[in-house]
Amino acid sequence: MQMPEPDTSVIARRDAIASRLRAALADRDAVLTGPAETRAYECDALSAYRCPPLMVVLPSTTAEVSAVLKICAEEGAPVVPRGAGTSLAGGSMPTSDAVLIGLARMNAVLEISSADRLVRVQTGRTNLSVTQAVDGQGFFYAPDPSSQLACAIGGNIAMNSGGAHCLKYGVTTNNLLGATVVLMDGSVVELGGPMGEGAGLDLLGLICGSEGQLGIVTEATLRILPKPAGARPVLIAFDSPVTAGACVAAIIRSGILPVAIEFMDRPCIAATEDFCGAGYPDCEALLIVEVEGTPAEIDEQLSLIREIAESFAPLEFRESRSEEESRRIWLGRKSAFGAMGVISDYMCLDGTIPVSRLPDVLAGIGELSARAGLRVANVFHAGDGNMHPLILYDANTPGDLERCEALGADILRLCVEVDGCLTGEHGVGVEKRELMGAQYSDADLEAQMAVKDVFDPGWHLNAAKVFPLDASARRRGRHAA
Amino acid sequence: MQPETEADLAAMIRAAKAPLRITGGGTRALPDEVGEPLHMAGLSGIALYEPEALTLVARAGTPLAEIEAALASEGQMLAFEPDPRPGSTIGGVAATNASGPRRLSAGACRDAMLGVRFVTGDGEIVKNGGRVMKNVTGYDLVKLMAGSRGQLGAITEVALKTAPIPPVRATLRLRARDDTSAIAVMVTAMSGPFDVTGAGRLPDGNVILRLEGLPGSVEIRAGMLRDAVAKHGDADILEGDADFAMLRDFAAGATGPLWRMVLRPSDAAQMLAGLPGRHAVDWGGALIWAEAPPDWMPDLPPGARATRLRGDAASLPETDPVTARLNAGLKQKFDPRGIFGGAP
Repeated sequence: MQMPEPDTSVIARRDAIASRLRAALADRDAVLTGPAETRAYECDALSAYRCPPLMVVLPSTTAEVSAVLKICAEEGAPVVPRGAGTSLAGGSMPTSDAVLIGLARMNAVLEISSADRLVRVQTGRTNLSVTQAVDGQGFFYAPDPSSQLACAIGGNIAMNSGGAHCLKYGVTTNNLLGATVVLMDGSVVELGGPMGEGAGLDLLGLICGSEGQLGIVTEATLRILPKPAGARPVLIAFDSPVTAGACVAAIIRSGILPVAIEFMDRPCIAATEDFCGAGYPDCEALLIVEVEGTPAEIDEQLSLIREIAESFAPLEFRESRSEEESRRIWLGRKSAFGAMGVISDYMCLDGTIPVSRLPDVLAGIGELSARAGLRVANVFHAGDGNMHPLILYDANTPGDLERCEALGADILRLCVEVDGCLTGEHGVGVEKRELMGAQYSDADLEAQMAVKDVFDPGWHLNAAKVFPLDASARRRGRHAA
Repeated sequence: MQPETEADLAAMIRAAKAPLRITGGGTRALPDEVGEPLHMAGLSGIALYEPEALTLVARAGTPLAEIEAALASEGQMLAFEPDPRPGSTIGGVAATNASGPRRLSAGACRDAMLGVRFVTGDGEIVKNGGRVMKNVTGYDLVKLMAGSRGQLGAITEVALKTAPIPPVRATLRLRARDDTSAIAVMVTAMSGPFDVTGAGRLPDGNVILRLEGLPGSVEIRAGMLRDAVAKHGDADILEGDADFAMLRDFAAGATGPLWRMVLRPSDAAQMLAGLPGRHAVDWGGALIWAEAPPDWMPDLPPGARATRLRGDAASLPETDPVTARLNAGLKQKFDPRGIFGGAP
């Protein structure tokens, strides 16, 4: 992975910068410079690439983040923000001249209003613990990335994270009402409002998904929703992935809106069976479809789904009748990534395609995989076309990672060719940076970079991400000279 | 000025020497918009509609009515429920983020927008987003363009997420004792597992709650919801949602100066108590429309916003300096010559 040459003048001033930062923070131990300490931050969940940052700063308040950014701007030090470090795209991967700002200490719940259906939190708080904070009042926070136990709200906002249930509830940007944002010059701004609307342009919508390049979000106001009366999944097994794909389109077309439609193919099913023994049927592909409501409402929806599914001659239609059966239906899907990790190293892609193109794209991935000589397992959010092909490779075999990355790039180009996109919920980060030209013209990228010029004119914040390095070189070079 | 193609439009914008006012159907203009009209009607037509993928792509000048008709023929709709003003175009809907009562549950126009194409003030053609349901590839300029009122560029094409028309709709209607009780009904409805898709109060004082879905489900939830709000009054359960069309269309039919106020529902009762004239409540208490004499100004609670849509333009509270700087900076980047004269 190519990264810009570190700025040696910044590295040379490490101790001076660290002492300025320590002086600005209530806790002097919130600045870490020792090699053992910075190593813990050398990568995120894109762990194939590692580089310890120049130092790590762990602020506790918005005011501290503001002070830190102001000093970094004055020192010309690159800044890399980090939530919980679960990015699969290298969104918080450091460089050796970067001050990494971690949000881990900022995990307070600031306000819960059930009347206004919102919760306000510091953004280092984990996704799942937001739901836990409002659970007692009968609410939940809807976006649920599979890393929800660990991932931070700040990272969710940076990447506009999705999850298994966004078919019904939307992704982060649809559930974000407000944000406190610190800009690179240290200024603090409140964006959004009671319905997410701010003054003038939709800057909140712009910040969400900007991968930590426009500002650091320190506090967020999130929409909370009343918990459904109940939920129940069905598992539908098919003898072909193409038939499963066609069934997805038919369910969506019918007007029923399940909360989730998940897809797994044979390689993925086999791996999860070995891993957790969920008892999935022997089949080429399966769907897990979950609906919500009271028991009678669930029965009504499931009988319609059964009717649709039966027209595709499924091998099995397994309806959950208890909490335990529901748990077992979800068990394999929820263990899928862990299971794949046991049998092989893998790279997880995130391209999104029109649901109508699922059968072609599955076939196309099969061809590309055969040609590359690497196995691909498919597990994804089928309802919204967000695919997660997992390419299996061996990190210890020289050249395998490169072949895997080349196959990944080919699969993503295929997604773009059918009118899809490179990434549905993981973000571009460093991983897909050089592929941006496949989806966007120079003018398209120029318009996006112009936005960063406004928020961060010196291009200090997470600057080596999102845009192809060639495309951003002139702007990134501005402060280095 | 009326371009027939995106390339025409780009050439006209590059050649323009004086401010242009981008105009769709001219049905959602604000009082202080300036410039020569740039009519978008020539860029019209549905470019793609895949009902099975819940996706529609249309050029900006396409009449909203044409889109609604195409969707209805496939049993689908725009979930954000824009009010159907005669002549309204989809580009105008997008540029004003026009969103009706279902915004409460299904999100605003901006939430249904999957992609845009637009021409900047320099005449550059830019696309962002796409036509798929989930897309985090690069910055979300789709949100930036939604509701930007032609400040940054002329939208030429919009990709939208569509939704199935629910098989059954029902409205619970009741008369609450007072403002506090009316808001409490809405809060109760939005806080339980009823899946309410609209909650408001009509100018006649009736509180209305909407349920949609499969027949059995709507019946079950209507019963549960009636019980849940019983202490505030006896609710009638009506078939359909004609009351919500009235609520959605309140702003278009209002006379005289009209305020649009967005606030927390927990602040709504107090705000309602001080209103000087005819008004309606939407979005579960988070939106108040109010007719008011020209000299009336709202006393807003913290965090709330108000805009006067008719009469002399007014917007409260004053924009903070950092937000103002960012807005101005974006305007400078996308329209450096100040060609687009739409209202901020």
